[in-house]
Amino acid sequence: MSAVHVSTNINGDDVEFVCRPDESLLDVLRDRLGMTGSKEGCGTGDCGACSVELDGRLVCSCLVMGAEVGGHKIETIEGMAQGDKLHPLQQKFLEHAALQCGICTPGFLVAARNLLERNNDPTETEVRYWLAGNLCRCTGYDKIVRAVLDTAKDMRKSAAKSSAKKPAAKKKAAPKKTAKKGARHAA
Amino acid sequence: MPLDANTPDLRTEFKSVGTRPNRPDGVDKVTGRARFGADFALPGQLTGLILRSPHAHAKIKSIDTSAAEALPGVKAVITYKDIPEQEGCDKDVLVNIMARGTALYDGHAVAAVAAVDASVARKALKLIKVDYKVLKHVTDVDEAMKPDAPVLHPGRFDPVDFSTLENAAHVSGKEERKTATPAHSNIAGRYVFGHGDPDKGFKQADVIVEHEFKTEATHQGYIEPHACTASVSSDGMAELWVCTQGPFMVRDVCASLLGMDVSRLRVTPSEIGGGFGGKTTVFIEPVALALSRKAGKPVKVVMSRSEVFRATGPTSSASMWVKIGAKKDGTFVAADAVLKYQGGAFPGSPVEMGAMCAFACYDLKNVRIVGYDVVTNRPKQAAYRAPGAPMSAFAVEGVIGEIADKLGMDAIDIRLKNAAKEGTVSSYGPTFGPVGLVETLEAAKAHKNYKVKLGKNQGRGVASGFWFNFAGNTCVSINLNVDGTLALALGTVDIGGSRASMCLMAAEELGISYEDVRAVIADTSSLGYNDISEGSRVTFSSGLATIKAVRDLKVRMCGRAAKIWGIPEDAVKWENGAAHPAGSNAGNFPPLSIKEIAAQASATGGPLAGHYEINAEGAGPSFATHVCDVEVDPDTGAMKVLRYLVVQDAGKAIHPSYVEGQFQGGAVQGIGWVLNEEYFYGKDGTLQNAGFLDYRVPVCSDVPMIDTVIVEVPNPGHPYGVRGVGETSIVPPLACVANAVSSAIGVRARTLPMSPPRVLAALEGVAASKA
Amino acid sequence: MLKVKLGGTLVNKAGGRTEFEVEGANIMQMLRNLGRTCPELEPMLQKGVSVAVDGQIYRDAMLQPLGPENEIILLPRMAGG
Repeated sequence: MSAVHVSTNINGDDVEFVCRPDESLLDVLRDRLGMTGSKEGCGTGDCGACSVELDGRLVCSCLVMGAEVGGHKIETIEGMAQGDKLHPLQQKFLEHAALQCGICTPGFLVAARNLLERNNDPTETEVRYWLAGNLCRCTGYDKIVRAVLDTAKDMRKSAAKSSAKKPAAKKKAAPKKTAKKGARHAA
Repeated sequence: MPLDANTPDLRTEFKSVGTRPNRPDGVDKVTGRARFGADFALPGQLTGLILRSPHAHAKIKSIDTSAAEALPGVKAVITYKDIPEQEGCDKDVLVNIMARGTALYDGHAVAAVAAVDASVARKALKLIKVDYKVLKHVTDVDEAMKPDAPVLHPGRFDPVDFSTLENAAHVSGKEERKTATPAHSNIAGRYVFGHGDPDKGFKQADVIVEHEFKTEATHQGYIEPHACTASVSSDGMAELWVCTQGPFMVRDVCASLLGMDVSRLRVTPSEIGGGFGGKTTVFIEPVALALSRKAGKPVKVVMSRSEVFRATGPTSSASMWVKIGAKKDGTFVAADAVLKYQGGAFPGSPVEMGAMCAFACYDLKNVRIVGYDVVTNRPKQAAYRAPGAPMSAFAVEGVIGEIADKLGMDAIDIRLKNAAKEGTVSSYGPTFGPVGLVETLEAAKAHKNYKVKLGKNQGRGVASGFWFNFAGNTCVSINLNVDGTLALALGTVDIGGSRASMCLMAAEELGISYEDVRAVIADTSSLGYNDISEGSRVTFSSGLATIKAVRDLKVRMCGRAAKIWGIPEDAVKWENGAAHPAGSNAGNFPPLSIKEIAAQASATGGPLAGHYEINAEGAGPSFATHVCDVEVDPDTGAMKVLRYLVVQDAGKAIHPSYVEGQFQGGAVQGIGWVLNEEYFYGKDGTLQNAGFLDYRVPVCSDVPMIDTVIVEVPNPGHPYGVRGVGETSIVPPLACVANAVSSAIGVRARTLPMSPPRVLAALEGVAASKA
Repeated sequence: MLKVKLGGTLVNKAGGRTEFEVEGANIMQMLRNLGRTCPELEPMLQKGVSVAVDGQIYRDAMLQPLGPENEIILLPRMAGG
């Protein structure tokens, strides 16, 4: 198996790496690039701990081959905070105690950001279905859902302040779990 | 000055305790910086993989590793021969980490390789030739108890003659055994608890309900698979980085299995991605050390999810019979139970604890519980959150629900009528001190959820639960830094935010700010022995030791202030973060703050620290009452949990958000157990659903918000009244949801999980019986 | 004299006896004397037991003082999640 050379963009930075054709994007991130914020909980796309964005679409990085991300844009948990300033979702997860062991947290944050970028006014049901591809075994999801809803509320408030100039577009999230899973597996 | 370790000065007013600050490890965990088991890497490390038995039960006739060893890039191949039996080691653990002659379950480790990368290691595994002779297997607990069942450990367990024992009919599946008992059996243990005379008691009963129940094995389902990196050098010094609930346990067990001095092995716990009891033993750790020892290089071993399901410890499956008799007014007069738990291929199922917890919520004059520990061809069970208790509570609370229905009594009232309280002789023996079951029942009854009107196909269930709570060996050190901030070293792994709780207790005791204390989880060379983070013991035990270590430090700081002032040490008291002259010297000197004492520490005798080492006792038990509303679709059998309420006694909630989190997490794990989760074995005894797609844990859209009420009946065994909270929350949900289903559609679920096909079949049964 | 009750499996090992009277000022002495009084129990005691004293469960505190006024119950050793 000869290695493949790949040029891609991760969290806004151009990145080059070499990987074997059988390595997943998650393997590349963790083992070749030292970006261990994305976690492997299953390796089969069922737990969402390895969630990243690929060209703005939420995917399980364990289901994407490393060799196929050339020319694409990848966003991982490592790119979520800007310098020392946490993303509002990160801050709310802390305030709401929306994590216990913390292993699923990066995946939840990446998935929740992807939701709020599409829909800054989700219902509780929409949040629950959007996050149904991310497993958490500690929290029972209660505080996670509250943190996401609370972040959305704050984001709408700050959007309203600056909305005089540019109104925020509101897109509806796909409400069905099957649609969501399908989107992930399509990667 | 109440600094004496033996003074039970129960504090009731708090500044820091009871607040909800952000946790100290929080930013690392929301940014991806926190290092979990698989995130650790050493230069030059090899990848270790384990070959596992594809058979449920097989004689291993030979293992040929020569082709794997010859593959370029392979640095070590090991079998059981590389881990020779050491005197005094735990033989069952030894056999479980690597099969010795017989593979006892699907997934049992048979050999392991270390290679330059995963790709080579995978190839090497395929080159290992194992010659198996497949044996008959058994995975069901009732089947395993039959006289003609395949015996897992010939010669080890004597047969049991049931015909002479209590409730024989419920042990051997309704058939009295007449045939000659076989030479050996799979029954590893028999346990009896109780008091009074149940047979007499039942004669006073106006109503008696008895049924048989079955629950399937479920897995803890922590999202982080087991992972470790081992490095053994040629002089026998070893280091291990590992995700575990018990680094000291890992050190001692690995040293014992591998014939090492304990001092040669240093274990550093990583952040842990969930445990729930499943990380309280060793699986891959001794294998990684043995591979590293042979290869002379660091070796990292990370389990796949499939390996986690097949080869780590789920909890037991159970087969149970419960009988309860009551008077017309709802008073229980007698209770009787037979519990049969299979614990996988080795003895040690949690049936004793299941038996002790079964009736612990109730004041019973006549009670008997018989438990059987049974071995089967399944992975060795491991602790899972209140081990053994959820199953027996499922059966007992289900029967109580039916008695309440028969008597037309409210589900909470019947429990209030019989609830255990201070002075009750528990069903497992001891007399209870102050406990909070009555308070949880009253709070549940007063909660708004209990008053919501239900619609068609909707029902409400109630169940209570109990867990002992543990204490145990605990060591804590606290160091005063030069600027007056503090470094707190703990030996109990932080699974769900315990560092925040320890910082709160240290800050409370010192009268300083929470932000001024930083807690770290120490490695095994930095503190004395700490028991595993298990049994809901951490906030109680490490909290107790933290408070006592701080008191030790306060005595020393007061001593320094006394020296500076030139007054006797006992004329100094600690208040609000500063030493104050007391008694006749009161007001003679301005107080010395912790910062001032820290700044002068070097000049007044050297660095200041406090520490405390104890085998803690006095963890108070915790009771809970849950209330749940469900709606069942009569066409599909699918069920939706509409509302869920957890009311539990926490003694004192140090960080209420994380107490609520324990309540909510336990409830949802319990909901998964009742609705979906099960180990599913094929006819060949292999696990059919070793992945999260087919072993379905609850997802976000399966559950509603989980309402919580924290009851606080202080535990006199802790200076702040703390009781452990982690485990009791998973005890009631199985029965709570089942009782709700019964109230919704009139079907009593006695087999878990209550998957839609099972509910549908039961509905059709009811319809047929009415027709 | 201490009154010691047995729970669980211990009863079977002790040939059905559920209560013993033994001397001892603490848990260690009580267990030692119990083993002498009832040698069948010795293997279980060696393996480790929990002792409930007035409702409080002790797993290892061998020096915990005991007196005739205490309710003493021997239980199987416990492990948790």
